[in-house]
Amino acid sequence: MDLEAIVQRSEALFRDQDLSAVKEWKSRTGGKVIGFMPVYVPRELIHAAGALPVGVMGAGEHAEIIRGDAYFQSYICRIPRSTIELGVSGKLDVLDGFLFPAICDVIRNLSGMWKILFPQKYARYVDLPQDFGAAGRAFYRRELEGMAEDFTRLTGKAVTAEALRRSIKVYNENRRAIARLYDLRSEAPHLVPTWELYLILRAANVLEVTEHTKLVEAYAQAARQSKRPERDYVRVVVSGAFCEQPPLGLIRALESSGCYIVDDDWVLGARYLVEDVIEDGDPFDALIDAYATKTVSTASRYESTALKGKFLVEQVRSRRAEGVVFAAPSFCDPALLERPMLQAVLSEQGIPHTGFKYAENTGQIQSIKEETGTFADSIKLWGTA
Amino acid sequence: MSTTTTADVEKEPSMILQKQMIGDHFHELARAKELGKKVVYTFVPGNLNELIWAFDMLPVHPEINALQSGMRKKSGAYIQEAEKAGHSEDVCTYVKCDLGMMKKGNIGPTGERLPAPDLLLLSYTGCFTFMKWFELLQREYGCPVAMLHVPYQGDGEITPAMKQYVVDQLRDSVIPLMEQVSGKKLDLERLKGFLGSSSRAEDDLCAIWDSAKHKPSPIDSYFGGVYYIGPIFSAFRGLPQAEEYYKSLRAEVDARVAAKRGPTTPDGELKDQKFRLVVEGPPNWTSFRDFWKMFYGEGAVVVASTYTKVGGLYDRGFRHDPANPLETMAEYCLGCYTNRNLPTRVDLIEKYIEEFAADGFVVNSIKSCNSFSAGQLLMLRELEKRTGRPGAFIESDLVDPRYFSGANIKNRLDSYFQMIDAKRASSPT
Ligand code: SF4
Ligand code: SF4
Repeated sequence: MDLEAIVQRSEALFRDQDLSAVKEWKSRTGGKVIGFMPVYVPRELIHAAGALPVGVMGAGEHAEIIRGDAYFQSYICRIPRSTIELGVSGKLDVLDGFLFPAICDVIRNLSGMWKILFPQKYARYVDLPQDFGAAGRAFYRRELEGMAEDFTRLTGKAVTAEALRRSIKVYNENRRAIARLYDLRSEAPHLVPTWELYLILRAANVLEVTEHTKLVEAYAQAARQSKRPERDYVRVVVSGAFCEQPPLGLIRALESSGCYIVDDDWVLGARYLVEDVIEDGDPFDALIDAYATKTVSTASRYESTALKGKFLVEQVRSRRAEGVVFAAPSFCDPALLERPMLQAVLSEQGIPHTGFKYAENTGQIQSIKEETGTFADSIKLWGTA
Repeated sequence: MSTTTTADVEKEPSMILQKQMIGDHFHELARAKELGKKVVYTFVPGNLNELIWAFDMLPVHPEINALQSGMRKKSGAYIQEAEKAGHSEDVCTYVKCDLGMMKKGNIGPTGERLPAPDLLLLSYTGCFTFMKWFELLQREYGCPVAMLHVPYQGDGEITPAMKQYVVDQLRDSVIPLMEQVSGKKLDLERLKGFLGSSSRAEDDLCAIWDSAKHKPSPIDSYFGGVYYIGPIFSAFRGLPQAEEYYKSLRAEVDARVAAKRGPTTPDGELKDQKFRLVVEGPPNWTSFRDFWKMFYGEGAVVVASTYTKVGGLYDRGFRHDPANPLETMAEYCLGCYTNRNLPTRVDLIEKYIEEFAADGFVVNSIKSCNSFSAGQLLMLRELEKRTGRPGAFIESDLVDPRYFSGANIKNRLDSYFQMIDAKRASSPT
């Protein structure tokens, strides 16, 4: 497939609120489908039970919220209301189950709302430990075993150690392919516009993993060969957009304001683990170890002051970024409380930064574009903002 | 939760006692360094008070400071201070109030300076914002953090794995760090003594909550209730002073029951109880008295509330058990109100409405607090459907005066009371 066709296909998947690709997978394989909210769930476990993990990241800018608003006050972020909208309008009927990972109080409470609203459907709160030592690991093992039991019941297919090792392997391949694409974007950002990379990433939410890996590789190959002109843009890392997603138009606007985005934290479900999960030995141990020690740093994980900001600074250094753009959903306590701590670390390190808030359906794109444009210009002119 | 704002109210012995206890505590805190005492900052829900006392350390509860600042009309300036320092207007105002207070010299409710913490005991129950809050404080104070992650009751129950996880953390990381900071070994027998004392105070508190089943109700379980929970949710659970306080309070309540008297409000006894209500959600502190008056002024008494259960649902049977110190602390942390999933919260309120023969329920939705607020509109609908009794939905904030619109809330409540009246008139008795 050529570049344009790959991007077009990914954009079609991104815009398809009816989850046609998932329905198609389901009717082809007869398998079960398990949805999950941001940020992270161990998709390998779902896959090992023969089911398809499907990432749900709200309804973005596309859906008109008709009923969802009746469930949430105005001072709560958008993603839960658009997710409910998708649910009550039947667009998530294809899901046989839904996982709500422990990332904030809103998604946590949404798990209970789901149980009330859809009592016939399987819904599970996935408690991710904040203790990364022996106590947390033992607890997480029970969580994983509990999920494996649930998925087995749901699919009729036991999650064997062997199946899980196979799943770990294909997800490792997927993560490596994505990591290579990120490297390519950092090396030659003009060849990999972020809005395209974003669409490729979003496809990870709905495609079977091996199919997605192929998509990523095909895109990377086509992008590498593209003849796109290099521009005098400023290299930035975007941070804080790990849950509710900015509209695609906003991502495009950030770029056209004069920024090459060379790293980010969107669609972390596919990028939460930063190294391979060990492929031999006890696969549960391998997943536990990966969760405890090999992840990105993000606001929903406890972090002491000694570590705070290190991951972001390392991202800036290794990607040779010149600044950081903080982008967080309005009313998002985790991202917005994290931001001042990260900003302080960046300031200590002399790394320029700017920030804004958005909603998944925000219409304020022009003013955000102007602000980031000014930020980019000031870095270009004075090396600082 | 102090009695400072009820200065012109007729004082009962329990109120005088509470005021004395709080005064003494803050005074001791102000002198902590000279007394050689270590100071622990920790949160109300799932607090490990008994453990703190077992190490002879002194607890500070930042949420209590924030609500006190709200009641003393200082929170608005503190919040602005935090926003000036770069905090978003969107986030929890308790956090900003605390940070602003710190930046303005950390002066506590008695006018004395609070000592900096030697330890941040981050027992992380029922709310994710707590975690961010202490990450922020650690940056400011540079002291160690003891992290206790309390898992959430996602399926509405406490599983053995959850309990084990909390016990493991207590044994392997929290207690060793407290030993290190305090320079003392844990004396298990002393800890058991505090836990035993807690359970006795808890017995008395439950009898007090239960008294609201009487008609007229001798207590207001929300506006009065926030005073009643003061000692047990804050520094005093586990101490003889708390036992004495609850004994004295219980005696006062018993006397009111015998005399068929209503609760004490800032304007004296609430005599004519026209509406019995259950309230979900925290109160507003910046206009606490005005808010309360919107209820008692119309003859409404709150017979049960969920906010007064954030520091433990003793009324559903939990008691600290001195025979199993670590397990009982784990169970306590796991059982706090906002650590229960939404269906369980709905069940609980439904039971309150039935058991306390309430005419309806009010949800006070707090802008700041996702932990309470996310999902409350669905709770409202479910409860109306299940109980057939009307609910009112009002919105305010804990300590941000910008989000308290008295006229709106009063209008809404007044029409709600009229609706209950109309419903009564039309339904056969
Ligand atoms: S956007 Fe933020 S507050 Fe909203 S659900 Fe996601 S993490 Fe929670
Ligand atoms: S979000 Fe709510 S429970 Fe959490 S700290 Fe703020 S006020 Fe307290």
